[in-house]
Amino acid sequence: MTSTTEPSQRGGINVARLLMSFGPLMFLAVLIIVFTVLKPSFIDPINLFNIMRQISITGLIALGMTFVILTAGIDLSVGSLLAFCGMVAAVVAKGGTANTLSLSTSGTQGYGWFAALLAAVAVGAMAGSVQGFAITRLKVPPFVVTLGGLTVFRGLTLTISNGGPISGFDASMRWFGTGLIGPVPVPAIIFAIAAILCHIVLRYTRYGRAVYAVGGNAEAARLSGLRVDRILISVYVIVGFFAGLAAFVLSARLNSSEAVAGIGYELTVISAVVIGGTSLFGGIGSVGGTVVGAALIGVLQNGLQFNNVSSYTQSIVIGLILILAVAFDRWLKSRVRR
Amino acid sequence: MAYSGLVLSRPPLSCRTSPPLGGDWQFSRKRLFCEVGDWRRPTRYSISPLVGEMSGRTEGGAVPRPIAIREQLLSVAEAATPSPALLTVEGVTKHFAGVTALSDVSLEVRPGEILGLLGENGAGKSTLLKILSGVMPPSSGRIVFDGAEFNPHNPQDAKRHGIVTIYQELSLIPTLTVAENIFIGRAPLGPLGLVSWRKMEEDSRGIIARVGLDLDPATPVSALSVAEQQLVEIARALSLKSRLIIMDEPTSALTETEVQKLMSIMDRLRKDGVAIMFVTHRLEEASAICDRMTVLRDGRLAGHLDREGGPIKLPKIIEKMVGRAASELYARPTQRDVAGDVRLSVRGLRTVRDPQAPHAIVLEGVDLDLKAGEILGVAGLVGSGRTELARAIFGADRIAAGTITLDGKPIAPTSPADAIALGIGLVPEDRKHQAIFAALGILNNFSIAALGRYSNAAGFMAERREREALASYRKTLSIRMASPEQAIEGLSGGNQQKVILARWLARDPKVLIVDEPTRGVDVGAKAEVHQILVHLAARGIAVMMISSELPEVLAVSDRIVTMRRGRITGEMPGIEATEEKLMELMALDQRQGATQ
Repeated sequence: MTSTTEPSQRGGINVARLLMSFGPLMFLAVLIIVFTVLKPSFIDPINLFNIMRQISITGLIALGMTFVILTAGIDLSVGSLLAFCGMVAAVVAKGGTANTLSLSTSGTQGYGWFAALLAAVAVGAMAGSVQGFAITRLKVPPFVVTLGGLTVFRGLTLTISNGGPISGFDASMRWFGTGLIGPVPVPAIIFAIAAILCHIVLRYTRYGRAVYAVGGNAEAARLSGLRVDRILISVYVIVGFFAGLAAFVLSARLNSSEAVAGIGYELTVISAVVIGGTSLFGGIGSVGGTVVGAALIGVLQNGLQFNNVSSYTQSIVIGLILILAVAFDRWLKSRVRR
Repeated sequence: MAYSGLVLSRPPLSCRTSPPLGGDWQFSRKRLFCEVGDWRRPTRYSISPLVGEMSGRTEGGAVPRPIAIREQLLSVAEAATPSPALLTVEGVTKHFAGVTALSDVSLEVRPGEILGLLGENGAGKSTLLKILSGVMPPSSGRIVFDGAEFNPHNPQDAKRHGIVTIYQELSLIPTLTVAENIFIGRAPLGPLGLVSWRKMEEDSRGIIARVGLDLDPATPVSALSVAEQQLVEIARALSLKSRLIIMDEPTSALTETEVQKLMSIMDRLRKDGVAIMFVTHRLEEASAICDRMTVLRDGRLAGHLDREGGPIKLPKIIEKMVGRAASELYARPTQRDVAGDVRLSVRGLRTVRDPQAPHAIVLEGVDLDLKAGEILGVAGLVGSGRTELARAIFGADRIAAGTITLDGKPIAPTSPADAIALGIGLVPEDRKHQAIFAALGILNNFSIAALGRYSNAAGFMAERREREALASYRKTLSIRMASPEQAIEGLSGGNQQKVILARWLARDPKVLIVDEPTRGVDVGAKAEVHQILVHLAARGIAVMMISSELPEVLAVSDRIVTMRRGRITGEMPGIEATEEKLMELMALDQRQGATQ
């Protein structure tokens, strides 16, 4: 009896496995085709590069978030942290907290884009390490720590900026947001490089193995000699670093650091990671999935806009897609188990 | 006495011997019943074994006259001696994926008695328990409870029928109060359909008094000790009008005085007519309280023991539990008096109770030597402190006092990472929760403790070396797997365990502690795991094997120590050991141990 049922079962499992690895990618392809049919100009390179630029900000943070969610953690503070890092970058770039829209040519009293970038990622990483310490040493759940962080970082941003924007950076800094290399926007290139690096770290290094192990079974990881606390802290440092990097790129693109930047980004970022197939329970997921997840949200937003769907409706669609993606993933997993 | 034969589906327990014959007896749905008391909430008595006798009198749908039934009752009651079983299990068999966990087991539990269900690990106790509590159905066989066929669909169903099982892991909700836990899902309602807290607490007070608890029903359960929580569970079972309470290892987490108290409660319940099935492998406790015992061995019935006059004697139980040619299972290696150097030495090891892990056993003055190249068997029951000893040496639990030396040098590992760096490995007892990364493939599971060995200085994995290493262990340990990427969950228990062993071999440990190495491992692979341990010892690794399966300890160990309640109670060379000797030492009370 078993010999007759097994081959068909195995075939079924393969289809399910295939869907599990490529489901989001296939869904992305379908979306692109649908939008192209609806409006052929959707597929224009200009629009595609536009989408890439759009997704690169949340995409960068989503890369860091992938590490966090792989350990079964969560970081809700990324939106606020982005605003905070952006403000720090602006202060460093302009050499002060003057809110005036001074033109870049007139004032060169700042410290330049490199110092601004360094400040943004350093502050992001530091903020991440503080949250990581609270999670591992004070044993406060990540959800709570980063929920607190969400408020704290927003408050810090408003404090240093007095609630207003800091605008007007010099051209060398603006290039990181608006420049092109050939036809490709610089933010998209930064995102691509970061994604490749993250993929290599997760897939090919000792550290990446440890991240998966801690997320898969923290107790077994501890009993296998992994320093679980250190790894947990490190993933919050990584997501903080990426929030800083994304903040720098966003400020450069807008030529301004806004105190209200990044509100709600945490939800887009987490959606991208989860749609990309990373399990909120840890141990399962990949950078490739996150990139696809981020692209999916970007294509959806852009395509809906292209077809004059209101942004209100867009929110509804994206929210439903998120739920469906996870439901589909669950269903596939139950099929594979059987 | 005359009516003790009548099985009443819902008697007030004290009335068991005197059914209210004056009541209005009716016959319907093949049952004879009588309702008395408040008409809104009548107490219903019913008798089902009368089906055969009564059928002739109900032809034409006529309700038999009470007087006729009374006569009938009297005659049946006289015929029914001795008191029939409340629960009868007949020839129950359970297969799992080709393995027979339970084979043709029969037993019975009578009202007002305590039946001990005994057997070693793997004897089939928990399988039988799961069947009786409705977790899973038997493959074949018949269970009769209260005169009717008993086929519960789920644990709730079993509870409704009157069989409540109290597991080691208690099922109370810690954040709710004692009263709320007792009345969970059936809180008494007031006139407006709202919960009547006053009535709930009043009723709870009466119920918990029956189990000898004297506390405020408004206390949250989290504030209670394990023993008290257990009593609350029993109280809840009583309030559900349970006829049979099954207790699974109730004493393993209790102190000596708490055990005494539980025993006296059990005794009181027995006098009230409640039947109790006491599942344990603590022999003296079983002997002290049980009226009868049913012993299982290798999934089969090993025999029934009766209390004739005095308590059932330990040697009789041990004889029933052991009685098999166990050593045939394993290729018994030559057990040597290993002359190697002492590799690991433990002196005066003591731990204190950790509020985070209140169930852990506290170690008390443990001395232990482990030589290079020997297999030291550590025998002890669950809750004897064997696992805690392993965890303390491995740096997983805090040590309060005592010294550990490795190759003559004192060590003080404060984390598993420290212990591993020193050359100690641990194959933990609970494979699923403490060793396996279910989401990961075999390769990642294998190399996780030795990532440093399979990566370069920059932190990149040397995957080719890693794969080669796995391939070689796959061959030497004969791990049956499809590919290194295969999910480890897809492997059999034995092959999973071999991957975990390979995980440690990849580190070339000096000391390897294996805790229950063959738990959840099928019989064929057991012998293979033993073979591996013997080879490791031959390579000079000091192996400490913790096991509650005595045949395994006897087959593999060069030297054996026994533990009980956090202390070492004895030591003997493997050749001299027998199951009887070990069991006596394992069951030995610490006070007796000190005098010997």
